[in-house]
Amino acid sequence: MIEVRDLTKRYPGRTAVDGISFTVGRGEVVGFLGPNGAGKSTTMRILSSFIPATSGTVRIAGFDVFHQPDEVRRRIGYMPENNPLHIDMRVRDYLKFRARLKGLGIGRSRQRVDRVIEQCGLKDVEKRIIGQLSKGYRQRVGLADALVHEPDLIILDEPTIGLDPHQLRSVRALIKELGRQHTVLLSTHILTEVEMTCSRVLILNQGRILAADRVEDLESRFSQDGRVVAEIEATPEAIREAFRDLPEVAALEIQAAAGAFQRVAFTPKAGQDLRPLVFEQVRQHDWSLRELTRPRLSLEDIFIQLTQKKKGGDL
Amino acid sequence: MDVFLTLVRRELGAAFNSLTGYVVVAITLLLAGFGLVDIVQRLNSDRTPSPIPEIFFADGIVFWLVLILTTPVITMRTFASEKALGTYEALMTTPVGEWQVVLAKFTGSLVFYLLSWAPLIGVLIVLRQVTQQPQLLDPWAMCGVLTGIACIGSTFLSIGVFASSLTRSQIIAAMTSLLIGIGMWTLSLRFSQADTTGDRLGRLMDHLSVTHHMQDFARGVIDGRALVFHLSVTFFFLFLTQRVIEMRRWK
Repeated sequence: MIEVRDLTKRYPGRTAVDGISFTVGRGEVVGFLGPNGAGKSTTMRILSSFIPATSGTVRIAGFDVFHQPDEVRRRIGYMPENNPLHIDMRVRDYLKFRARLKGLGIGRSRQRVDRVIEQCGLKDVEKRIIGQLSKGYRQRVGLADALVHEPDLIILDEPTIGLDPHQLRSVRALIKELGRQHTVLLSTHILTEVEMTCSRVLILNQGRILAADRVEDLESRFSQDGRVVAEIEATPEAIREAFRDLPEVAALEIQAAAGAFQRVAFTPKAGQDLRPLVFEQVRQHDWSLRELTRPRLSLEDIFIQLTQKKKGGDL
Repeated sequence: MDVFLTLVRRELGAAFNSLTGYVVVAITLLLAGFGLVDIVQRLNSDRTPSPIPEIFFADGIVFWLVLILTTPVITMRTFASEKALGTYEALMTTPVGEWQVVLAKFTGSLVFYLLSWAPLIGVLIVLRQVTQQPQLLDPWAMCGVLTGIACIGSTFLSIGVFASSLTRSQIIAAMTSLLIGIGMWTLSLRFSQADTTGDRLGRLMDHLSVTHHMQDFARGVIDGRALVFHLSVTFFFLFLTQRVIEMRRWK
C-alpha cells in the first residue's frame, strides 16, 4: 500500500526526514512513533502529497505522490495535525462539503455522509455547529472526513491529542474499528496508544527510523531477561532458603513491602518463565502470595533505550 | 465545475457566517446612508443638479471609500485564515486543482462584494422614485455604474486575494491590499486631475486612472479599453496567486 524509499526532506538549515525507507502492506495498522520534531508530520505531509520531498520516492497504491498527486489524494483519507475543521459549519454540511471536494457525486456523497455519521457516532450532533462541539466529537468529525470517500489508506496525524480519558477511549476504539477494513497509518507520541491500536510500529527520531517491528516482537526484543516479581508473605531468610537450590533461578533480590510481605525479584538462568516455579514453591510452603508478574518493558522503556543508544552511538 | 461551485458556496457561507461579513455590509450601508444625505443636500441646493450616478460614483468619495475599505476585508480571509487554521492543508490534500481554488475564492469574494452593494442600488432607486426626474437617473448610466462596480471591484478583489495568499495573517493581508488600493486611488486622482493634453506619460496615466474609468462608467460610457484593463489586471493578480500557491506547495 505504501512504499517509501530513501525519503529525505530538508528545510533550510534542518533535515526533517533523513533517508527513511519503509513499506506498509494492505490492511495493516501501523503506528508512527516519535517525540515532537521527529519528522512524523513531515513524512505524513509528503505521503498525502501536501509538500514535496527533497529526494526519494513514495508510492501509494502504486501511484507516485509527486507525479500523480491527484490519484494519490483520491485514495488517501488524511487528517492533518490538530484536526483543522471549518468551525462555522454544521457537522453534516461540513462532511458533505468535504465529500463533494473529494469528487463524490450528490447522491453518493449523501449516502456516504449518512454512513460515516453512523460509523463515527455523530448522529446526535449532525445538525450542530462544529465550533460548539467538544474536542472528542470534533476528532470524530475529522475521522469521518478522512473516511468519507472510502479511501484505501487512512493517514491520521496525532488523532488523539488533547482528548480526555473518555474521549481517548472512544476515539481509539474507532481507529481500531477502522483498522478492520482499511490500511491505517497513524502518528502519536503516546506509546500505549500504539500498543492498543497498532499491529506494527515504526519508531522515528530525528528524521530516522530507529526500529520497525511488530509491537509484540519489539517488546520481547527488549524484555528484561524474563525477570519475575512476586510479593510473598514470609521472612526473607525463608524465601532465600526455599529458592537457594533451584537451578533455574540465577539470582533473587528481596525488598520489604507493605505488611509482612516481601517483594522478591527473580532472575532466571536461561530466560525461561519462572512464574509456575515460584507459585509451586509458595504453595509448598503454604505462604500467601499477593502478586506474581513478569514486568514487560513498555514501549516507553524501549523508546528511551533506543533513543539513548542512539545518543551514545553518536558520542 | 462541480467542485468549483462547492468551493464558491463554501466561500460565501464563510463570508456570511463570519462577523467580518456583516461588518462589510454595515460599512457599505453606513456609507450609502452618508451618500444619500449628500445627494439629497445637493439636489436641494442645486437648481440644475448633475445626474445622480455622477454625484454618487464620480464626484463623491462614497464609492471609493466602500471599494477601498471593504475589498480588503472581504478578501483577507480567503487564504490567510485557512492557512492559520490549518484547513488549507485539508483543502489542498483533496484532489482539487490550484486554479479551481483560486477562482473559487475570487468568485466567492466577488459575489459577496456585489451583494454588499445591493443597498446602494436601493438608495438610487429610492431617489428615482422621490425626485420624479428620470433624467437624473439614466438607465444607461445605471448599467455603466454596475459595470464599473463589478470591473473595478474585480481588480481590487484580485489584489486582495493575492495579498491573502502571501501570508497567514489576515491583518497583514488586509493592510497590504488596503495600501495598494489607497495607492492606486490617490495616484489615479492625481493623474486624472492633471493637465493631460500633449504629455504622453500624462495621457498614459490617465488611461490607467481608475477614477477616470469610474467617471466614464457613471456617465454611461462603457469604454472597452477600461474593461480590458480591469480584466487583465484581475487575471494577472489571480495568476500571481496561483503561482504563489504552486510555489509554496512545491518548495
